[in-house]
Amino acid sequence: MSGDLRSTRFRRERERDWLRLEDVLGRLERGSLKTLTDAELLALPGLYRAALSSLSVARATSLDHGLVEYLEALSTRAYFLVYGTRTGLGQRIGRFFAQDWPAAAQALWRETAVSWAVAIMGAVLAAWLVTSDPDWYYVFVPEGLADGRTPSAATEYLRRGLYDQGSLGSYGTLSAMLMTHNAQIAILAFALGFAFCVPTAVLMAYNGATLGAFVALYASRGLGWEVGAWLAVHGATELTAVVLAGAAGLRIGTAVALPGRLTRMASAARAGRQAATLVAGCAVMLGVAGVLEGLVRQVVVDPWQRALIGVVTLLFWVGYLYGRRREAAP
Amino acid sequence: MSGTRAVDARWVRPLVTPEGVELSLVLADGGQRVAAFLLDVVFIVLALLALLVVVGVSAIGLREGDTALVIGTAGFFLVRNGYFAAFELTPRGATPGKRLLGLRVAARDGGRLTGDAILARNLVREVELFLPLTILAVQNTNAGAVLVVLGLGWTGILLLFPLFNRDRLRVGDLLAGTWVVQVPRPRLLADLVAAPVLQAGGALAFTAVQLRAYGIKELHVLEDVLRAGNVGTMAVVADRIRAKIGWVRGAESNGDFLGAYYAGLRGELERGLLFGRRRLDKFDA
Repeated sequence: MSGDLRSTRFRRERERDWLRLEDVLGRLERGSLKTLTDAELLALPGLYRAALSSLSVARATSLDHGLVEYLEALSTRAYFLVYGTRTGLGQRIGRFFAQDWPAAAQALWRETAVSWAVAIMGAVLAAWLVTSDPDWYYVFVPEGLADGRTPSAATEYLRRGLYDQGSLGSYGTLSAMLMTHNAQIAILAFALGFAFCVPTAVLMAYNGATLGAFVALYASRGLGWEVGAWLAVHGATELTAVVLAGAAGLRIGTAVALPGRLTRMASAARAGRQAATLVAGCAVMLGVAGVLEGLVRQVVVDPWQRALIGVVTLLFWVGYLYGRRREAAP
Repeated sequence: MSGTRAVDARWVRPLVTPEGVELSLVLADGGQRVAAFLLDVVFIVLALLALLVVVGVSAIGLREGDTALVIGTAGFFLVRNGYFAAFELTPRGATPGKRLLGLRVAARDGGRLTGDAILARNLVREVELFLPLTILAVQNTNAGAVLVVLGLGWTGILLLFPLFNRDRLRVGDLLAGTWVVQVPRPRLLADLVAAPVLQAGGALAFTAVQLRAYGIKELHVLEDVLRAGNVGTMAVVADRIRAKIGWVRGAESNGDFLGAYYAGLRGELERGLLFGRRRLDKFDA
């Protein structure tokens, strides 16, 4: 029809491409990547840009509101897919272990140092208090955790606790429970950080204090070396993980309190992303710690072997997280 | 008819693509967020129940209570902490609940939605939701009324947090640099000028003066009226226009008249656009 409006002709000429884009988008979003041919995937950016240019033209020359809205919706959807991540979950997990996690640990070394310092301070303080007056023990070690291992317990009872071997079947259960419990604590240490570090620091100090009080009790009965070895099996991994989670929380707290040249929001967002990566790593470490604690420690009873396992795992984590690696592609 | 037009400008955020075209994003509203979350909770509970059944059956079948318990504990942990993140890490950027409501997570700076951002926004869910729930759960073990009150206050503040900021951010969104936006479902509506509506009224001819009675705003109202196709409204509007432009009604139906006038008016106004004149409404000279 010669009497057609320009905008109608414009639409008729390009409609087909828009519908094609809509079809490809729909299938991509449904996750049916396999039904897409290579040609269709390659055409996606081109179709997206064509839709964007159609949108610009339509805004300038067409008064068909329905059409402009359609093109805007189509372009927005396509934008998210074209510029969004198209890497699958598997690739992302691989990248996390290869690059993101160690990079986050290295970036947060200052907070990690502070976190260690706070935890160690808590431990030393608690150990000193318990040594001078055993009643302090009940302040630092909750009843549920102590499980009868208190200053009033006989030395023989405490020793037996270190070498007791239950039935092998229950180790797995114990591992799983310890792991999930500790991981939840790590996530908490991270997530509480935004309240200007205070809850995280308290959590670190308290965690250290529990440990310090526990060790002090055993040391007072001449079991210091043995309890150290007992703790080292999983503690090297677990304590590192909890301290790293604390560091992540501290990072967020400082970013919110002292944003520097960035706006407070931008600073919080940047710190949050970095810290979250580290905490996800901590959850993995705590999984390993759970297995070491629930399974390996029950099987390996010799203090020397236990201490060796502790040292080896510690070296492994330090090497993995802080070792130099080749420049990673951005 | 087009529902998106009624969006409050306060919730619209511009997004300039790398190609330099400005798109507008509409933030998800509170009701949508809550509904999506509740749907996700339902899905999580269903998944956990399924897990429980599987674990229970295998425990009886294998006579290995411990193995089943390990799988159960680890599975519970994974579902609780991994559900949201795993779904948001896919290209769609949305959990099933958000998907059903047409929402997705996007980076606030308009860039790529990265994995660490998704981890951050979902790890913080732990303090927003699960921590207070845990506190409430232990109240039976006489943890003290103070603790319960504190827990409730905490949840209250964090749950209501999205209502007290411009961008409707959760604390998790704040720390991750993300927000939740609506993803409009594109629907290509018929072109009113090319539609059969017009064919019958095609013979009606308007003078240049008659076509200059209205501007773009009125044209869009007319478009809505035509797309809605309500006979009563069309009659009222047609009479209004006839009176305004001094049109003597002949044999044509109201629909034909409006269709023809829409085509004529749009043609006239679009011609104006080509010459750089955008006549906003009927008062625009």
